[in-house]
Amino acid sequence: MGRYVFKLPDVGEGTAEAELVGWHVKVGDTVAEDQIVADVMTDKATVELTSPVAGVVTALHGEPGQMMAVRGPLAEFEVEGEGNAADKPAPAPVAAAPEPAPVAVEAPKAEAAAAPVAVAGANHVFKLPDVGEGTAEAELVGWHVKVGDAVQEDQILAEVMTDKATVELTSPVSGVVVALHGEAGQQIAVGGPLVSFKVEGKGNVAEAPAAAPAPAAKAEKAAPAPVAAPAAKPAAAPKADAKPVPALTGRQPGERPLASPAVRNRARDLGIDLVFVPGSGPAGRIEHADLDAFVARGGTFAPATASGGSLYAKAEGANEVRIIGLRRKIAEKMAESVRRIPHITYVEDIDMTAVEELRAHLNAQNKGTGKAKLNVLPFIARAIVVALKDQPNINATYDDEAGVLTQHNAVHLGIAAQTPNGLMVPVVRHAEARDAYDTAEEIARVSSAAKDGSAKREELSGSTITITSLGTLGGVVHTPIINHPEVAIVGPNKIEERVVVRNGQMVVRKMMNLSSSFDHRIVDGHDAAVFVQKIKNLLENPATLWMN
Amino acid sequence: MTQTLKTKVLIIGAGTGGYVAGIRCGQLGLETVLVDASPGLGGTCLNVGCIPSKAIIHAAGKFETVAKAAGDGTLGITASTPAIDLSKTVEWKDGVVRKLNAGVAALLKKAKVKVVKGWADFSDAKTCTVKTDDGDIRITAEHVILATGSEPVELPFLPFGGDVISSTEALSLPEVPKKLVVVGGGYIGLELGIAFRKLGSEVAIVEMAERILPLYDKALTDPVAKWLEKHGVQLLLGARAGGFGDGKLNVTDRDGNPMQLDADKVLVTVGRRARTKGWGLENMGVAMNGPFVKIDNRCATSMKNVWAIGDLTGEPMLAHKGSAQGEVVAEIIAGHDRVFDPTTIAAVCFTEPEIVSAGLGPDDVKGRDDVIQAVFPFAAIGRALAIEAGEDGGFVRVIASKADHRLLGVQAVGQHVSELSNSFAQMLEMGAVLEDVAGTIHVHPTLGEAFHEASLRALGHAIHI
Repeated sequence: MGRYVFKLPDVGEGTAEAELVGWHVKVGDTVAEDQIVADVMTDKATVELTSPVAGVVTALHGEPGQMMAVRGPLAEFEVEGEGNAADKPAPAPVAAAPEPAPVAVEAPKAEAAAAPVAVAGANHVFKLPDVGEGTAEAELVGWHVKVGDAVQEDQILAEVMTDKATVELTSPVSGVVVALHGEAGQQIAVGGPLVSFKVEGKGNVAEAPAAAPAPAAKAEKAAPAPVAAPAAKPAAAPKADAKPVPALTGRQPGERPLASPAVRNRARDLGIDLVFVPGSGPAGRIEHADLDAFVARGGTFAPATASGGSLYAKAEGANEVRIIGLRRKIAEKMAESVRRIPHITYVEDIDMTAVEELRAHLNAQNKGTGKAKLNVLPFIARAIVVALKDQPNINATYDDEAGVLTQHNAVHLGIAAQTPNGLMVPVVRHAEARDAYDTAEEIARVSSAAKDGSAKREELSGSTITITSLGTLGGVVHTPIINHPEVAIVGPNKIEERVVVRNGQMVVRKMMNLSSSFDHRIVDGHDAAVFVQKIKNLLENPATLWMN
Repeated sequence: MTQTLKTKVLIIGAGTGGYVAGIRCGQLGLETVLVDASPGLGGTCLNVGCIPSKAIIHAAGKFETVAKAAGDGTLGITASTPAIDLSKTVEWKDGVVRKLNAGVAALLKKAKVKVVKGWADFSDAKTCTVKTDDGDIRITAEHVILATGSEPVELPFLPFGGDVISSTEALSLPEVPKKLVVVGGGYIGLELGIAFRKLGSEVAIVEMAERILPLYDKALTDPVAKWLEKHGVQLLLGARAGGFGDGKLNVTDRDGNPMQLDADKVLVTVGRRARTKGWGLENMGVAMNGPFVKIDNRCATSMKNVWAIGDLTGEPMLAHKGSAQGEVVAEIIAGHDRVFDPTTIAAVCFTEPEIVSAGLGPDDVKGRDDVIQAVFPFAAIGRALAIEAGEDGGFVRVIASKADHRLLGVQAVGQHVSELSNSFAQMLEMGAVLEDVAGTIHVHPTLGEAFHEASLRALGHAIHI
């Protein structure tokens, strides 16, 4: 039989302590592994803590409402086998701290919690809170108080430095400083004691837990000594603190799992991070059978701690991606356009049934003739060309610094195209002089040139108005950004069958939304609407596209 | 007229990284173009590195054996004093290299990899122009694998040319230099210096550090130092080489005294540097890691779909690292989820005696009390004695974790131990514990028994010591 001390696990980032809300077990209870032991509450959430072991409860440390330090002892169990704590902690409080104080100071990481806390007269211990993401310890830069000082709540106690920043630590309580744990320049473990206070009333170092060091069977307040809960810590802390994972996989955090290349590759193919797989081989080596068992369990551990296990690895770190080349160009151009141009976006739905019928007819008729297969773009391109005849302001480029709007007689149609490297806008020149087939071929040619990187400079510049089609991906509406210095961009959305009302009847028509943006400095809302309505009119009566 | 070529994968460099990547890409059905400017495929390793140096070292060893027989003749063999025509040796070595060149070419062909001979020059990350005998070819690719390798570092005051040579020239000398000075006591300098000593050169080695092979621990290099001393190789440690002229190399010894060494040839082997210049790397927008191209554990550079492998990506500069990375990258491009995360990359030094190191060495675990180290000498291995490999101070050393006996590192020094390297790497890579090695029956009589015995010794029950 052994004694197992269950410590308050880290219940959330940045919390050094949590409030005990209530117990689910009492001394003498037999608990099963994974049974709920207690509820604790942080400032973020209430968490149910489950037992990591099966055994008999021999001691509970703390009462509901009390603040418990993370990694402080919570409950003790008598368990089958060895347990994680010395079987018979020495009864004397001093002996409970195995190292004399100076030694503990020299080894702050493992034993910091040990002796220094056992300061007579102290009933509140301020522990180094989590001072920044991913820091396990911080360097003590200097003290702002000394032993004997009476400090107010929120008064600055000390400065600590992580690799990211220097942080001032303020006192969580009003009281008298009884001891300072550490010297300037020393590394202090997060969660390790920093200052011991004597405070009015009950501190966070409860009297009751004094029982902890006493023989496990006796849970009553055996030792009247001021050495409180943390004194129980040294008995188990060095061992248990260093190994939060062992219950799960037997490995230290950060330790590379031992496994053959075949097992490693198979785990990767299965999407399993071996870090989470317990190994049954010598030295904890993970065998194929361990992997099989892990998969069979649905990728979980034998349940062990409150936080439980997950098949998925925690993602760590972040990637910095330098935005260079085409991506940077795109970024600059987009920002430039949005900064300079007050966009007005106008969306209209267009009945494309007639166009689609005509298109299907033409494609069927042209089968085998070698003529380009038509998609919807040549029709939209033609509608734009025709509509622009009445509205030269829209087929224009605007030099706002010079205050000149250049109206173009030719329509050079930019075609926004997604390439492996990012967005590019190859240009179909003289769209006004092309028939549908020619337009289709030219769109295909310049787009594929942009995609494979063979587009020439003149094929990528000089557009006067741009089409940006996201239709193939679906989507109802988008708000396109104008290809500066142009003043308009036309964005067809997906064509889909919708129920619409015609002559009082619900009928199914092939509908398409057209999302277009205009430079409101040049194009008034009215003009934008006229332009789009003209396109709508043309596309809904496709015969008119080529009639003038 | 510039031809243009579009491909799925473009590999730059046909060294052990590049050509292996190429073959693997081919096996995975990826359309692949491999660009290399050298006359023979196979890169540094095959043309002017690993392979030809091993050929010369082998010839030197044979010559030494015969020379020994002509002298005291321990083995009872008598022979007349041998002579060597190095030009013929080099011819034989070139034949070996050509055979392998042709082999690589055949393998690439079988894998349907298109090889373009010429120097690539990148204009952006996915496009390069290769100047070939048939004119320029512009190649664009979806994926680019950079495997340009490395080149010998030149000392500014000892530029290559004339009698100042790099390892490349040292492997094709027409005759054995009477006096050879090696500048740089790393593995390349020592391998070649020792070979030329065996061939009859008077050899001096100038090394800036306080010991030879500074990247290996001292116990491993001591047998090599002993060999050098016994064979009259002048070792100038803590010394700096200066200029060379009129057959004399200026050297400043460790006390700062200037001196001159006679030299017919000065072999400069002060390291190798990643080949990052002259092919448009600067136009590709990939991030660097010091002198190397920066990669992650998938060998991905900072530029999407641009990968880098081998010496270009940093230490260790070993052919087998490049090949392994090449396979990983090919598989990633083919859609597999792979990472390059070996437990160990064993390294071998073909000095006399040879050195192998895999995993952690004693310098890596210095001050740790949670490890066991055990050494077993070849002097206690029957096979070693039977092949004259027991007298040079060689040994096998294992380093294991005290708590769970997992193997952390294995090293060896001794004749022929290069062939043990894979046994060491296998055990480490499989995650073996000492008991695994101890429980593997090692064949008698072999040198590998020393690994078995060293592991037994670490467990406290070696048999033959």
